[in-house]
Amino acid sequence: MSDHDHDHSHDHQHGHPHRHPPAPDIELSDRAKRSLAIQELLVEKGIIGQDEIRRRVEEQRGSPMNGAKVVARAWVDPEFKERLLTDARAAVAEMGFEFPDDTGLVVLENTEDRHHLIVCTLCSCYPGALLGPPPDWYKSLPYRSRAVNEPRSVMSEFGLEIGEEREVRVVDSTAELRYMILPKRPAGTEGMSEEELAELVPRDSMIGVAEPMPPDTIRA
Amino acid sequence: MTRGRFAPGDQVLVRDEDPPHHHRTPWYIKGRIGKVDAVYDPWPNPEEMAFGKTNGPKIPVYRVEFDQKDLWDTYQGPKRDRLVIDIFEHWLEPVERSQQ
Repeated sequence: MSDHDHDHSHDHQHGHPHRHPPAPDIELSDRAKRSLAIQELLVEKGIIGQDEIRRRVEEQRGSPMNGAKVVARAWVDPEFKERLLTDARAAVAEMGFEFPDDTGLVVLENTEDRHHLIVCTLCSCYPGALLGPPPDWYKSLPYRSRAVNEPRSVMSEFGLEIGEEREVRVVDSTAELRYMILPKRPAGTEGMSEEELAELVPRDSMIGVAEPMPPDTIRA
Repeated sequence: MTRGRFAPGDQVLVRDEDPPHHHRTPWYIKGRIGKVDAVYDPWPNPEEMAFGKTNGPKIPVYRVEFDQKDLWDTYQGPKRDRLVIDIFEHWLEPVERSQQ
C-alpha cells in the first residue's frame, strides 16, 4: 500500500465523489473465500501443485450416463453383474471408468425384497466418476439428516413409495467407500438393447430416490 | 484380504466417545449395537490423515448393520428396515453373549 489513504468515498481523479461498485460479478461466501485462501496457500508453499488440483477436479467430472451404462451392462450380462457386485472398482474399470486411488466403490443391488437409499451424513461422499457432481439436495443438511431416520418420507417426497413388504436399507457412506445402486430392471424391457436400457436409468435411481423409467419412455 | 478382528454376522458395539478431532463416526450410532454386514480391506485412518499423517497403519473397515427401530424411537416404517454404515475397526468392540 502507498501512503495514499484510500477512502472509497473520496473524490477520484475523474472529478465526482462516488463509491466503487459493491461487488465483482461473483460474490464468494465466507467459506468459499476460506477454501480459496487455503488452496492458494497450499500451492504457494509447494505442498500441492495447481496441476494436482485440476486433476482431482477432473476426476469428479463424470456423468450420470456413465453409471447408467454400468447398470445397463449389468442387466444384460450376468457375469459382468457378478463382477460388479463383488469388485465394483475393477468391473467399472473394464468399461473405462476410473476411480481415484484413495476411494473404493461398492455397488448394491435392489431386489424384490430390498431397496437401498444412499446418503453421506457427514459430508457428501458420492461416486462422482459414475454419477457426476452430486446434486445440491444430496449435499443439503435436510437430506443428510432425514435420509437416515425417515427414509420412507424422504423418498415419498421424491415421488417414490416403497411397499412395507420391502426392506428399506439406508447406506451411510462415512468412510472411503463410495456407493452406487444397481436398480431393478423394469418389466417389459426384455427385447431392449444395452444402449436403450441405459436411457431408462436416471441418476436418482442410482442414489435410491427413484426407480428406472418404464420402457415406453424411449419407445414413444 | 487382510483379516480384521470381526467377521460377518458378529455383534459389535460402537464406542460411545467424542474425541475433539475429526472422526467418521456419527453421533447416532455411538453406543449402539449392530451386526457386521461386510468386511472391507483396511484403509488409511482419516483421524490421522486429517493431521497430515499419511503413513500410519491402515485400519479394517466394516459395513455394520443396525435395525432402524433400535436407532430411532420415532422410526416410522416396518421392523425389517435397516441402516448400514462404514465404521473403522478401532470404533468397534465385541459384544459379549450376555449383552445380546
